[in-house]
Amino acid sequence: MIERTRILIVDDELVIRESLSDWLNESGYYVEAVEDGAKALDKVREKEWDILLVDLKMRGMDGIEVMMAVKKIDKELPIIIITGYPTVDTAVEAMKEGAYDYIVKPFNPEEIDLIIRNIIAHQKLLKENLFLRQELKRRYQFKDIIGKSNKMQEVLMLVKTVARSNSTIMILGESGTGKEIIARAIHSESPRDEMSFVAVNCAALPETLLESELFGHEKGAFTGAVAQRKGKFELADKGTLFLDEIGDMSPKTQAHLLRVIEEKEFCRIGGSKPVKVDVRIISATNKNLEALVKDEQFREDLYYRLNVVTIDVPPLRERKEDIPLLVTHFLHKYNIENKKEIAFVDEDALALLLQHNYPGNVRELENIIERAVVIAKNNFIGSDELPPSIKAAPGKTAHASIVEEASLSLDEIEKIHILHVLEASDWNIKKAAGILEIDRTTLYNKMKKYGIDRE
Amino acid sequence: MNFIYVLPIGDITKEMLGVARKTIEKRFDYICNVLDYEEIPEQAFDTERCQYLSTEILKRVLELCPENATKIIGITPVDLFIPILTFVFGQAQLDGKAAVVSTHRLRQEYYRLPRNDTILFERLSKEIVHELGHTFGMVHCHNSNCAMHFSNAVRDIDVKKDTFCESCLRVLRRKL
Repeated sequence: MIERTRILIVDDELVIRESLSDWLNESGYYVEAVEDGAKALDKVREKEWDILLVDLKMRGMDGIEVMMAVKKIDKELPIIIITGYPTVDTAVEAMKEGAYDYIVKPFNPEEIDLIIRNIIAHQKLLKENLFLRQELKRRYQFKDIIGKSNKMQEVLMLVKTVARSNSTIMILGESGTGKEIIARAIHSESPRDEMSFVAVNCAALPETLLESELFGHEKGAFTGAVAQRKGKFELADKGTLFLDEIGDMSPKTQAHLLRVIEEKEFCRIGGSKPVKVDVRIISATNKNLEALVKDEQFREDLYYRLNVVTIDVPPLRERKEDIPLLVTHFLHKYNIENKKEIAFVDEDALALLLQHNYPGNVRELENIIERAVVIAKNNFIGSDELPPSIKAAPGKTAHASIVEEASLSLDEIEKIHILHVLEASDWNIKKAAGILEIDRTTLYNKMKKYGIDRE
Repeated sequence: MNFIYVLPIGDITKEMLGVARKTIEKRFDYICNVLDYEEIPEQAFDTERCQYLSTEILKRVLELCPENATKIIGITPVDLFIPILTFVFGQAQLDGKAAVVSTHRLRQEYYRLPRNDTILFERLSKEIVHELGHTFGMVHCHNSNCAMHFSNAVRDIDVKKDTFCESCLRVLRRKL
């Protein structure tokens, strides 16, 4: 059954209450009408309403006073002020105090119908937004940081301690260790959790695009800037900005970033008006930033600004005792996603999973389990469902095993190695090309040549 | 026997009454009788707004409702209003007995266009079906083609039909 929109009318004129109720009833709304502010407040405390229509001039509490009192009980409730005696002053006051709209009696049927329909549409969006926020929060809670090992427990302790503070945080760790999940968990446990968490991958964009992405731009700032656009700093205002791969940021952008951190304001590209922001910055990198500072590739002053608290996320090979727990977690996750009921990973497969070195860290393990769940024909995962890179000689990485295999041609070794790097980098072509030290076009050509396809 | 009565209030032509009877019998499957002409109740006139309060007209319709009537609908040429709205095309008792429809804003002449009786009769049929629909407990429908779709303006009436959508028809069948 479709839930009816609930409308409460507050008007001291019986004829208005009756005619408005009848008219709204005909449209299928659930309507109640009361004659004064006190009764309206009782109704608001008693049950939930979607819209309040409040007369401006009433004996006792007037419409604005009723609205202000209602907002103390339910600040989100949309209130339409109605009046037979419109003035600019009362309209301005009503809107300033938080009225959704201000309309004059008698209403044009088109006008009131449109306002009510707009409120309903707006509330639907708000509800969806709230649901999605809750869903995001649910997905990035501490419980999603999995690990019983001492190293991960230390990380978790530190994360919990720093989450409530406003400190700038630097997360260090190899690719695939879950740095963004940790950043999201910090945000969701911080006082900023009602506001946005905005993530930017500093390595994914060239310098000029990254600056536009971070600081926004004014209309006409450069070719293609057809409209003004807010940058990630503005979008993250009062929230958290996550700067991933900070070690890849150009010196020029580093200088701009430092100025924003110091002055808490910036100008959009092509603009001259400073924009003030209150943003908590969490940055992350898989590079050795100290070494980059020594080589003068990363600004020392920025390094110290970003690195107030450091969280070092250990690679998976250093916390192998967490593998069974992670396997169970991903099994559950991909069972749900693929509507499967795989109950366990058998001993042989688990032994192989424990022996692997995981250059791609938790992300690599997750991909292995996802693949296994998808291809598994039984209610368990055996060694047959694991990829060739895992099934290399025990105790050795796939890389070591193929180099030692004297019967393979150079092309065969290249194919296996490309496949392995792609899996380890979660099929991120840019990353894989970086590891292989070839450009992306060459990698695509080689993938085509060897028939390598993710599917 | 079940009857739906039509009460002309003021200057309503025979053609309009014929259209009303035909539409009612077709859409509701009731026998439709037309009552004698009734004067426009002067107490319904609002001197400030220069319109007629539709609630007062509806009261008069109810007073004149024959005992054997299942429903009764008044048709009047005057411009109707309810206190909260600038005008209404008609008014009905939701799940009640009586309804009223005004032809005032259904005429092309109101919009400074040449007289067109075909359009007027079509609009009248749709509004009669709509207001009588309310007396059978039907509320506004989201389907813009359905007779129960709310008409904020005359263009909304022109878009819809004088028939019910499937879902409104199911509601009506339960009530008939």
